[in-house]
Amino acid sequence: MISVEQKSEKIMNEDAVKAFPDECCGFMYGTEDASGNRVVTESLPINNGAVENRRRRFEISPKDYLKGEQHALENGLLFLGIYHSHPNHPAIPSEHDRVAAQPYFSYVILSTYDGVIKNTRSWRLNDDFQFEEEEYSSPLKDSNKTIQ
Amino acid sequence: MATIIIPTPLRKFTNNTAKLQISGGTVADSIEQLITNFPDLKKHLLDDKGQIRSFVNIFVGDQDIRDLQQENTVIKEDTVLSIIPAIAGGNN
Repeated sequence: MISVEQKSEKIMNEDAVKAFPDECCGFMYGTEDASGNRVVTESLPINNGAVENRRRRFEISPKDYLKGEQHALENGLLFLGIYHSHPNHPAIPSEHDRVAAQPYFSYVILSTYDGVIKNTRSWRLNDDFQFEEEEYSSPLKDSNKTIQ
Repeated sequence: MATIIIPTPLRKFTNNTAKLQISGGTVADSIEQLITNFPDLKKHLLDDKGQIRSFVNIFVGDQDIRDLQQENTVIKEDTVLSIIPAIAGGNN
């Protein structure tokens, strides 16, 4: 399971809304317990470096990636994964997401329709290079459950 | 000895080691050494033809080996070699 603290989710949500209709992307940092449960305590928006078609593509430059690794080391955090948005598409990884995906990382996808966050889901690559959904928990999602 | 930096997603294949020492030669030699020591890395670094996967970037210092001599780039004693996964995607 991956839990995202409220302030981190707020940053991701605001990034996705601000970037709409383009895709946003960023890094997630935090902790992981012995059972593999992850908590995102920090999210960091990163420039979408895709040269073209940023409405359907995102890309993080190697230099930004290196800075991301350095940030984890300097702050004593685990680099847990990547978030990005799917404008006007569901929060399901595409083939483009799968072929570039890395093991270990959580891939959080925010589905935004007309600039509004519809839902957020998280995925991880298995040993066969296929995505499997990982339970996603956040204060916002949990409060919605209570209301329903 | 030169240093090779393993990115977070691949550290589970290197016993959670982030930095390793390698004896030099070329980039190709270094990758081969790495895979010999940690065979599970192979499918994440090389494609079916034994070439470095297109979604893997190798930097010598702050330079992409694609801008140098590719896999034949020479590694010196003080070289820091970084494996950098390409982070990309998007909806269909």
